[in-house]
Amino acid sequence: MNLWQYILRRLFYIIPTILGVALIIFIIFNVVAPDPALIMLGKHATVAQIAELRNELGLNKPMWAQYLDIVKSAFTFEFGRSWTTKQEIIQMIKNGAIPSLTLTLPAFILSTVIAISISLVVSFFRGKWIDKCAVFFCVLLMSVTSLAYILFGQWFFAYKLGWFEISGYESGFPDFIPYVVLPVIIWIILSIGPDVRFYRTVMLDEIYQDYVRTAKAKGLSERVILFKHVLKNAMIPIITFVVIQIPFLILGALLLESFFSIPGLGGITLNGVYNSDFPVIKAMTILTAMAYIIFSVITDVLYTVVDPRVRLK
Amino acid sequence: MSQSNIQSVEGVEIEETKLKNSKSLWDHALENIFRDKMAVASLFIVGFYALISVLSATGIIAADWAVEVGPSYSAPGADYFFGTDIFGRSVFTKMIKGTEVAMSVGLVAAIISVCIGVVLGSIAGYFGGKIDELIVWFYTCFQSIPTIMLLVALSFVLGRGLVSMYVALGLTSWVNLCRLIRGEVMRHKNRDYVQAASALGGGHSRKLIKHIFPNVSHLVIINFSLMFQTAIKTEVILSYLGLGVQGRPSWGTMIDDAKLELARGVWWQLGAATLAMMIVVLSLNILGDALRDALDPKLKGK
Repeated sequence: MNLWQYILRRLFYIIPTILGVALIIFIIFNVVAPDPALIMLGKHATVAQIAELRNELGLNKPMWAQYLDIVKSAFTFEFGRSWTTKQEIIQMIKNGAIPSLTLTLPAFILSTVIAISISLVVSFFRGKWIDKCAVFFCVLLMSVTSLAYILFGQWFFAYKLGWFEISGYESGFPDFIPYVVLPVIIWIILSIGPDVRFYRTVMLDEIYQDYVRTAKAKGLSERVILFKHVLKNAMIPIITFVVIQIPFLILGALLLESFFSIPGLGGITLNGVYNSDFPVIKAMTILTAMAYIIFSVITDVLYTVVDPRVRLK
Repeated sequence: MSQSNIQSVEGVEIEETKLKNSKSLWDHALENIFRDKMAVASLFIVGFYALISVLSATGIIAADWAVEVGPSYSAPGADYFFGTDIFGRSVFTKMIKGTEVAMSVGLVAAIISVCIGVVLGSIAGYFGGKIDELIVWFYTCFQSIPTIMLLVALSFVLGRGLVSMYVALGLTSWVNLCRLIRGEVMRHKNRDYVQAASALGGGHSRKLIKHIFPNVSHLVIINFSLMFQTAIKTEVILSYLGLGVQGRPSWGTMIDDAKLELARGVWWQLGAATLAMMIVVLSLNILGDALRDALDPKLKGK
């Protein structure tokens, strides 16, 4: 089977997944959830009002039609209007995507580069005290809730010391930078723990392979082995790990955006949660799920490109 | 081929020593864990937290958390150990009371997700075929939805409160264990000992529960501590989103309160809850790593 056939086949397999995701969303929001008409109108609504609103929201359609609407919106991106702002949701998403990415993209790239560098150093000193300290420190960093970092960072470094902007955002290339510096730093602190642990495991998996022993026997230096051989071979799990995180960048950093008032997708989602805005939550769930599905296809394809040993079956 | 040789050699040896000195995986694991000082300390800390939460749940300690003990927002000191909150309640007592919510959320959510993961994973792995495809499809769909969105959606739909938090956290954390169990059961189901059990007339459920499950149960133990601490950490986020417990203190609501207090320089509520949480989550992390090293020798030292 050649690569194109493989890609086509892999794309074909995402259809049942999309149908399933739509089914889960449908069950949560259209079957189990309390009647949205009652939520929106409150306790004192008349029967006629409720009936009118239900009609308007499309809740009187048969169940299968409501389900099909969800499936359709996964492809057309027509999510309807927000209940609170009355805006087209797709327009809100378009507006929020750029601010989100100005925060998440630099944060993601920086944290990945830093984590890989640290894990290389740490696996160079594997088993020594530097390694043990680093692992313990990672676990320690992971043991504090993200909320505590955000609250403390914003209060201490931005409010008390005045080193950074407390909150706010300006669009345009150089203008946004001062507003995202602190959120980016907090993101890096949040992700360094799990990332270093993961990359270290990947490196150590490779370090005990036979080819490393051969390289050592040939008399290659530890440094050459680490950078030329181990890092190259570790690329497959690293790429997988990196690519599969990209869809979550689209969702933005929910908490960071809301604390630092960055008008991105994370903030939109959180406002949706606060205001019981079903269409917004639904749209964001569908959007991120679609991104996840597509990027998992990309990961699989990359996998076969990077490593020809992976059989196309 | 070589593997079966080794097994038969081992079999002979075991017969010769009449199982006198043989140790099971669990004996070895316990021995390893008790040799690791950090793991023992962590075990004690987790036990201590569990004791505190039981004592507070039965009302023996911290039953008076709602009582006003001093002026609003007094700083930590000799009079008020960790200071007081806006209503003049002792932050220390609230922190103790919060242990109850955190430990129960961790425990119940982990039990729910272990149940779902083990049942679906072993059914998929054991029966294979169409059932396997169905379960794999199901968890692939589940996994495609980001956990935080699923969590928000679920707690939204289930309403506020402790029970819906248990369910939401339990329903969102089983996929990983399910995949691991499925893979291990698949590896085990064609082994000789399972075939022997079937030759003796054992049915599916007997083979699965009596013979295969004990051989994959170490995965449950390892994942349990992971799920436990994830649930404790997630409780904080849900509380911040206004989807947490109401009417009694939890570390999440304490940290949530701190977002308004910090501007007035009131840091002790955030500090107390973060400290209490950090110690138990760190212990669970260390314990989880020690358990993994002890029970899964393949992963030793990673």
